[in-house]
Amino acid sequence: MKILNNPLQARNKEEIFSEEIRQDIDCWIAKYPPEWKQSAVMAALRIMQDDNGGWLTTELMDDVAEYLDMSPIHVYEVATFYSMYELKPVGKHKICICTNIACMINDSDSIVKHLKKKLEIGFGEVTEDGRFSLKEVECLGACGGAPMFQIGRKYYENLTPQVVDSILDGLE
Amino acid sequence: MANEVCFRTLEYLKQPWELEEYKSRGGYEVLTHILKNKVGPSEVVETMKASGLRGRGGAGFPTGLKWSFISRNAPGQKYVVCNSDEGEPGTFKDRDILRYNPHQLIEGMVIAGYAIGATVGYNYIRGEFWEEYERFEAALEQARAAGFLGDNLLGSGFDFQLHSHLGGGAYVCGEETALLESIEGKKGQPRFKPPFPAHFGLYGRPTIINNTESLSSVPVILKEGGEWFKELGVENSGGSKLFSISGNINNPGVFEVPLGTPFSELFELVGGMKDGRKLKAVIPGGCSSPVIPGEQMMDLTMDYDAIQKAGSMLGSGAIVIIDDQQCMVKMLDRMSYFYHEESCGQCTPCREGTGWLWRVVNRIENGKGRQEDLDLLESVCGKIAGRTVCALGDAAAMPVRGMLKYFQEEFQYHIDHKRCMVGAGPTKGLG
Ligand SMILES: Cc1cc2nc3c(=O)[nH]c(=O)nc-3n(C[C@H](O)[C@H](O)[C@H](O)COP(=O)(O)O)c2cc1C
Ligand code: FES
Repeated sequence: MKILNNPLQARNKEEIFSEEIRQDIDCWIAKYPPEWKQSAVMAALRIMQDDNGGWLTTELMDDVAEYLDMSPIHVYEVATFYSMYELKPVGKHKICICTNIACMINDSDSIVKHLKKKLEIGFGEVTEDGRFSLKEVECLGACGGAPMFQIGRKYYENLTPQVVDSILDGLE
Repeated sequence: MANEVCFRTLEYLKQPWELEEYKSRGGYEVLTHILKNKVGPSEVVETMKASGLRGRGGAGFPTGLKWSFISRNAPGQKYVVCNSDEGEPGTFKDRDILRYNPHQLIEGMVIAGYAIGATVGYNYIRGEFWEEYERFEAALEQARAAGFLGDNLLGSGFDFQLHSHLGGGAYVCGEETALLESIEGKKGQPRFKPPFPAHFGLYGRPTIINNTESLSSVPVILKEGGEWFKELGVENSGGSKLFSISGNINNPGVFEVPLGTPFSELFELVGGMKDGRKLKAVIPGGCSSPVIPGEQMMDLTMDYDAIQKAGSMLGSGAIVIIDDQQCMVKMLDRMSYFYHEESCGQCTPCREGTGWLWRVVNRIENGKGRQEDLDLLESVCGKIAGRTVCALGDAAAMPVRGMLKYFQEEFQYHIDHKRCMVGAGPTKGLG
């Protein structure tokens, strides 16, 4: 276990992340006042999560803390507060389905049922081959296209079981 | 008279999000005029006041008045923050602004910065809106290259930098002070007010925070004049407004119409009920606004006063239209779960109360309700509302009260018969 916040043991920033990752995070740091590097914590966690197949390990959170000169507990607080950070492995395609009111009255239940049956998993689970995971989410601000889900970064609206099949079959 | 303000360019342009197209319909002319002619910042604020624009994020606070709370000449950094967190269930209008008219938002934010003497702005976009974020980023790039953002804008000596900040999935971050905490790299837990953001905002500096639609209205208001905007609407509800309309209807979408438009006209715009069903009820201003029975709604106009008089709220202008097949107990179950799930946990009445509300509604939904539960719900609502740091607690209590006021019968039926009064028969999990 590494001891953080100990200047003797602190690493150079260059040792923490690859150059590409650092450039990405540094772009975010540059948006905020110099003394507010921690404003980039949400972006840094997202970048690390994407780089790690969609979820965050404690080690990665510690790295983010070290890189942004934050205490690890502060980073854990952020990572556990916001619903888009995952602290357990997810599928290659994370399906986030909205079941809030506009989607619900447009029968999101039938989409949920279809997905659970097709993928043989429940909410919070990953398919055996690791390709899909399923997550119930709150209103995604696309209620006009209800029922809808998000896979990765993309929204899919006006879903029916048939549309769902063709979307999932079209993914790598 | 539709599409006068935030959607004014949309029907004329192929790619209204592109700088050149936006400019072809008068985009950035107002900003250019202000900067070139050194229009007095107080004049800008006065026009905003005269427009009668009320904050489009839900609370309806007058935008011009909010801006006037900032003393422009006080030393030190000030900020303009845009709230594109759009998380109130039923609301999907800011998404369309980000996708289709990002430059008008940028222009509005620069003008806001000029008016209050801020040189930096942030647009807080909800984390799930990745595609909208990319569209907005592209617009920022174009605006920077064209000299509408950056240092010494158009040689005026005024600097303005604008950045986007992506959220991480938390409804409460739509609350303005939680949003500021979130930009500061913390959990999104609302701050106690006062002090208000105008005095102690982002990084402890004077800050104005406005909704995407409010800020996007700014260029048009300054171009056409405060009076013009005000006249679009009705008494106490100046201007036109974006309504996100969803539910059991034929043609859901975002519609810009003058405030004071009869609901029945909007109902026609969305093509009426799907599958020939009957209109049962309407949530007029987002999940947090109390439900109104369909018949009553048909006689109302869509403005702040009319909806308030009917016991609800115009809120963010998110209208959810509900047909006669829907069980109100099931709807309230889902809504109460939402507030329980999204409570930030800071205030005991909200953290515990939202869970309590949900568990009671959920047991009624599942045929395990008790007669005393209806009074219990009312009493828990009374213990949450008005007793928390932010309005999420009130937002959780209001829909419960609305449902019990108009649809108590359905709750009673669930308790007595252990199944739904309407629609698809027995509730899930019951024989
Ligand atoms: C729980 C909660 C959620 C909110 N969510 C949003 C939101 O998603 N977008 C928004 O603009 N305002 C939201 N608000 C209102 C903001 O606190 C604030 O009033 C608004 O951003 C101010 O801008 P305006 O005056 O232009 O409306 C929310 C408030 C609360 C209490
Ligand atoms: S309710 Fe599903 S996107 Fe809004």
